[in-house]
Amino acid sequence: MLHLISLSTTLFGTWLLMSGHYEPLILGFGVGSTLFTVIVVHRMDVVDHEGHPLHLSLRSLIYFPWLAWEIVKANIDVARAVLTPGSNAIQPNIMKVPTSQKSELGQVIYANSITLTPGTVTIDLVDGELEIHALTFAARDGLATGEMDRRASWLEGVG
Amino acid sequence: MDISVVIDIASWALIIAGSVFLVIGGIGALRFPDFFTRQHAAGITDTGGAGFLIAGLLLQGGLSLVSVKLIFILLFFFFTSPTATHALAQAALSSGLKPKLHKTSGDQGDGEDASSKI
Repeated sequence: MLHLISLSTTLFGTWLLMSGHYEPLILGFGVGSTLFTVIVVHRMDVVDHEGHPLHLSLRSLIYFPWLAWEIVKANIDVARAVLTPGSNAIQPNIMKVPTSQKSELGQVIYANSITLTPGTVTIDLVDGELEIHALTFAARDGLATGEMDRRASWLEGVG
Repeated sequence: MDISVVIDIASWALIIAGSVFLVIGGIGALRFPDFFTRQHAAGITDTGGAGFLIAGLLLQGGLSLVSVKLIFILLFFFFTSPTATHALAQAALSSGLKPKLHKTSGDQGDGEDASSKI
């Protein structure tokens, strides 16, 4: 029920911000389409902790700014690798890293965070182990410290 | 100095930084030796390029509905682009494309030296 209320509020809030119209008729259309959407996804049974992860809301306020800063740093590293002349600018390599997240949602957040950071791409997830393609040894070593893994687990509420 | 001038300067600095990242991402996509390394270059355009550009445009937009829409665009980017990147990498792997790896990184892949190709 909490998920349904939160989803309705989020949907209608999104609708309001996107439209910018406040006439009664238009607002009515907004309420109608919100309700219709909520009924449909409720019947599909996808409104749960995975489809609408309420429990992550507070901690994501700390996790995502940290991730954004990591992305900025990684962007500069990869940009430097692109602009470095000569043949030793990149050292493509593949490695496996363990995941410490308990839920599939946590593992997906961790894997997507890795892919979102330039220089490392998740290419597979097998038995809780991620296969990573890294552009440089520096990118590989940065990931191997496991800080992102710890923070993703913390976001999930485990570590 | 007027505050709006400061915001304008910051805004243009961010927009130019974003544009530079987009160009670098394009150069990387042309220069890198194989599919998987090119994905990293494309990743710059998705995150750094789009991120800095939209941050700069946000400062231009100020507190308005336009800015809200820009934030939505950024959010959609951040959720869809890693998914698309991963789907591409998976598809490439499962159809038999082997990544070119650096000499010293072990015996995986076809053993071809990628760094000599650029």
